[in-house]
Amino acid sequence: MAGIKSLDELKALRDKYKSSVEMRSSTDEENRVRIAVGMATCGIASGSRETINAIVDEVRAQGLNNVSVVQTGCLGYCYAEPVVEIRMPGKEPVLYGNVDSKRGREIVNKHIKNGEVITDLVIERSRC
Amino acid sequence: MGSYRMDVLVCGGTGCQASNSIDVIETMSKEIKAAGLEKEINLVTTGCFGFCEQGPIVKIQPDNVFYVKVTPESAAVIVKEHFVKGRVVKELLYEEPKTRKKLEEQSDMPFYKKQERIALRNCGLIDPENINEYIAVDGYQALGKALSEMTPEQVIDEVKRSGLRGRGGGGFPTGTKWELTRMSKADRRFIICNADEGDPGAFMDRSILEGDPHSVLEAMAIAGYAIGADSGYIYIRAEYPLAINRLKIAVKQAYDMGLLGKNILGTDFSFDIHLKYGAGAFVCGEETALINSIEGGRGEPTVKPPFPAEVGLWKMPTNINNVETFANVCPILLRGADWFASIGTEKSKGTKVFALAGKVNNVGLVEVPMGTTLREIIFDLGGGIKNNRKFKAVQTGGPSGGCITEENLNIPIDYDSLTEIGSMMGSGGMIVMDEDDCMVNIAKFYLEFTVDEACGRCTACRVGNKRLHEILTKITEGKGTEEDLERLKDLSQIIKDSSLCGLGQTAPNPVLSTMKYFWHEYLAHVNDKYCPAGVCKALLKYHIIPEKCKGCTLCTKVCPKGIISGKLKEAHVINKEECIACGACEQVCKFGAITRM
Amino acid sequence: MSKIHLTINGLPVEADKGMTIVDAAKIVNITIPTLCHLNIHDIKMVNRTASCRVCLVEVKGRRNLAPACATEVVEGMEVRTDTLRAVKARRTMVELLLSDHPTDCLVCERNQNCQLQKIAAELGIRKIKYEGVRSNHTKDSTSDALYRNPDKCIKCRRCETMCNEVQTVGIYSAVQKGFETIVSPAFGLPMVDTQCVYCGQCTQVCPTAALTEVSHIAKVWEVLADEDLHVVVQTAPSIRVTLGEKYDMPPGEDVTGKMVAALRRLGFDKVFDTNFGADVTIVEEANEFIERLKNGGRMPILTSCCPSWVKFIEHQFPNLIDIPSSCKSPHMILGVLSKTYYAEKYNIDPKKIIMVSIMPCIAKKYEVTREELTNNGLRNVDHVITTRELIGMLSEAGIDFKNLPDEEFDNPLGISTGAADIFGTTGGVIEAALRTAYEWMTDRELENVDFHSVRGMDGLKEASVDINGMEVKIGVAHGLGNARELLKAIEKGQAHYHAIEIMACPGGCIDGGGQPYHMGDIELVKARAAGLYKIDKGKTLRKSHTNPDVIKLYKEYLGEIGGHRAHELLHTHFKVREKI
Repeated sequence: MAGIKSLDELKALRDKYKSSVEMRSSTDEENRVRIAVGMATCGIASGSRETINAIVDEVRAQGLNNVSVVQTGCLGYCYAEPVVEIRMPGKEPVLYGNVDSKRGREIVNKHIKNGEVITDLVIERSRC
Repeated sequence: MGSYRMDVLVCGGTGCQASNSIDVIETMSKEIKAAGLEKEINLVTTGCFGFCEQGPIVKIQPDNVFYVKVTPESAAVIVKEHFVKGRVVKELLYEEPKTRKKLEEQSDMPFYKKQERIALRNCGLIDPENINEYIAVDGYQALGKALSEMTPEQVIDEVKRSGLRGRGGGGFPTGTKWELTRMSKADRRFIICNADEGDPGAFMDRSILEGDPHSVLEAMAIAGYAIGADSGYIYIRAEYPLAINRLKIAVKQAYDMGLLGKNILGTDFSFDIHLKYGAGAFVCGEETALINSIEGGRGEPTVKPPFPAEVGLWKMPTNINNVETFANVCPILLRGADWFASIGTEKSKGTKVFALAGKVNNVGLVEVPMGTTLREIIFDLGGGIKNNRKFKAVQTGGPSGGCITEENLNIPIDYDSLTEIGSMMGSGGMIVMDEDDCMVNIAKFYLEFTVDEACGRCTACRVGNKRLHEILTKITEGKGTEEDLERLKDLSQIIKDSSLCGLGQTAPNPVLSTMKYFWHEYLAHVNDKYCPAGVCKALLKYHIIPEKCKGCTLCTKVCPKGIISGKLKEAHVINKEECIACGACEQVCKFGAITRM
Repeated sequence: MSKIHLTINGLPVEADKGMTIVDAAKIVNITIPTLCHLNIHDIKMVNRTASCRVCLVEVKGRRNLAPACATEVVEGMEVRTDTLRAVKARRTMVELLLSDHPTDCLVCERNQNCQLQKIAAELGIRKIKYEGVRSNHTKDSTSDALYRNPDKCIKCRRCETMCNEVQTVGIYSAVQKGFETIVSPAFGLPMVDTQCVYCGQCTQVCPTAALTEVSHIAKVWEVLADEDLHVVVQTAPSIRVTLGEKYDMPPGEDVTGKMVAALRRLGFDKVFDTNFGADVTIVEEANEFIERLKNGGRMPILTSCCPSWVKFIEHQFPNLIDIPSSCKSPHMILGVLSKTYYAEKYNIDPKKIIMVSIMPCIAKKYEVTREELTNNGLRNVDHVITTRELIGMLSEAGIDFKNLPDEEFDNPLGISTGAADIFGTTGGVIEAALRTAYEWMTDRELENVDFHSVRGMDGLKEASVDINGMEVKIGVAHGLGNARELLKAIEKGQAHYHAIEIMACPGGCIDGGGQPYHMGDIELVKARAAGLYKIDKGKTLRKSHTNPDVIKLYKEYLGEIGGHRAHELLHTHFKVREKI
């Protein structure tokens, strides 16, 4: 392995590897965006694994480092699986249904990056 | 590099390895593959999380779920339930003993809540065998900053202003030590990292080396730059195979990456690090003894002055810091002296790692800001005393320290406050004792350790501490006299005054402090031939309470001396003269009729 | 030199920089007790272990007590030796040492000669406050020379410093930990299996009886009592200037006459002089030197009188083993001559002759057991006792040494030249050899026989002598550390000498391992040397080859110098020994 020749090279290397450990730190929890993908049997059956992996990939590709992508159990909307819940700091959670990998990437780009809610995917929560 | 959606951090520290974390990792790896998740889930073996009582620990991120006491079997369940289906496995969560509530997140646990991790910042977070992960968490940035933006004097100044003091026990200001070594005129200078952790119960240095070895290597290089040394030695006890192995890997990686060796980061600064293995003698933690040992001699202290900063390894000025001290250096350089100095008390800055052990619920490593009270450490972080027994004392500073009682639990602890109440910080061992501990016996236990570990060089320690131990033995055997107590006190003082090195000088501390706080226990042993805690066997006598005895005869069957007599269904009697206090009768009695007195 | 100002017990003291508190205190007539401390400047022996702690004093501003022997004075220092705290601590240290020391003083080898006993007496210790278990280690009597009793060791580590740093033999090191610590050969090897050369310098510096010679007094009493035996004795050159010390005579005083008288009174049948053997040695050695020089043999020639030194080269420098002179040492020569020449001349059965050597040396006890040092199946020398042991025998026999008349050695092995006398000090053997070699090679009389450049306490000395236009270079080393330096230089081809004298003990035999304890007083040793040079100077015959009885010996018995018979009786060989 070639040695690191300068502080700048070291910094570049740090930035390259940063994302690989980013999700481990649980500090700054309140300011994080949390994307939860339903990964119960119903979700997996409808392809939620592809969805979650696409979302993770897109988050990394866009260099979003304040986003946690987690899996969650059944949210009770089995008819609309794969289901994805977005929690942004200080905002009401938004629930999307029928999210395939393509739409997952779209959510990342539109909702997470630009704050645009993709209305046609939103599932209205039954309020109780 | 793939994009993992989940990091699974499994503790690979010595403590968790001892409770089988290697098998947990293997099973998990196998199960992840079987579920086809190996591209999505990143299984990382990390250093110690500190919560050794609950090991093996598995932490899931970004879900922020903290599993405890994971077995290979339950590891498979985690994969199937949590990783595949997204369901948290409730049974494996930590249960708060007081509320019996299952806690999912690490930050909710009292054990972690009050901790502030500087020295242990990367333990349990990164893979210690992967330098890239260390680099990812700002590793070697402090060295880079020092080499390219700071003069050696500025580095020393930063460390001085931070108020960092030696974490190995002495509490000497680190920056000043660096400065003294730099100012000694010589052709060469050396850096030594003292990893000869020897206090019984203390294992923070081992944990740091196992969990974050690069942080120590980086700090040694920074110290080398600051004092003008071109090489450093890590003196580590051979009984730390895992730490040695991780250090070896780390050193090789750092050399491969050009972060050690010639012209580091393209500068003129070169620094080499060598590992030296100690045979695990406690006295080798003493600087001059350690130097003798590295030079190939017997691990024996020599007279100070001259101090190693003037005449050290191979007669050259040498700066010796312990592992935990080094682990604090990089954050100080990166985040600034002011940040560090804002933590802690007036004269003791930053945090301190303590190894919590003894009769406390949460045994493990904790790092708290200086100034935290013992009560917080023992009762909040430590979760209080085991089995709801009553707190009696806590020993800090290992065999060189003293015991602290209830009345001083609310004192914010730092180097000076502990010394003031007759104990010391030491390397951070903290052994909690409850009402079942006999303080005379505790003093004897510590002294036995120092007597065993003494180098034998000076009369005061070699013979003096041996005699102290003999007097204590005599007392615990019920043969002590009041004159012995006087002798004990006198001799303790003289040994403190007369021994050649720190080991001998501090060895009588446990005796003096237990005598100070538990004089009545000493008196009871000597005058009444009675051990209030019921520990000293020779003073124990068992007695059957006639009202409670049902005459079941069970005790007569287990008594190895056959000295319990009585008729069936009638109260039994123990022949006290011949009782050897083995306690077998007490254990089998179903009616609680047998007591110690 | 810059001065340091301090006070000791309130008294102002002006001390030199680098001085210890112990030395500074002497300036104002305050004696601070010491035990482990021993500095012998002339031989570079510095024991600064600060281990015994009996010299503790209070220094203002210091948290604990300071060891005065290892603490250097600094400007403005305020020292108190007389506070209760310091006095009590010092006393307790001695009590602690005593609590782990056998109490067999009455039957101890060092009774009345023991520094621990002395300090206990000086501090007036009447009771040992802290009793407890006492060490009980294996005693080592495996060698014929050196006896180790670790129970009596106070861990002052002087022997270690002497053996490892001064002599560079490196036998001793501390092993085990804590209370179990002992100073012992590596791996607990018995002495006999080590590369110890039995120089006995450790016994000279040991403050107690932890290291002593193996006593052969009992054996000597036994042979003296046996009517059937013809018991002869010989005394080494150095004994005559050290024996008087015990009897309050000035150091270095020549007591030859009284010594001979005393030995007769002990019951020896004949009292011979090792010096006669020394003269024979020189005759043989000078001849060997000239032969080697003539025939282009390996140079330099090394003297071989010192058995410690011989064992040292056998262990440490196997590839130089062919350069020492093959001559036996003087007392072995005298031994073999007494059992051949003397026995035949006086018609005594050699089997009935017992030769006892009075030696300054412990290694001589080992030397006599070397199997090649026998002739006709008989040991050349049967028993060796040291000067110290002789003193013991004289006192046991009730001999009033001081008032004895002077008597003469017995013939035919009693006459010697001044050259033999100086064998007892460093430089003496080579000086004696030069006197003879010079005259033989030049056929001229040597007018000034004093070679001053090879005398004195310098560790390494050299001289060059013009012999027939050739510059003959001489080297002298005493103390094995110095010898090692010299041999290393020879091995590497960096030093070129024709002849070298080596003695294992610093100062030579006058400071031998078996001499009366000098307790670090090197001036005593220097006085002993001066005594020998004085005897030499006072003699008319000062060259070995002029000894009339030696000439007679060759004429009557041995034949040619370096001839067949001489070789058979007077020469030996060496063997390579294991280096551990």
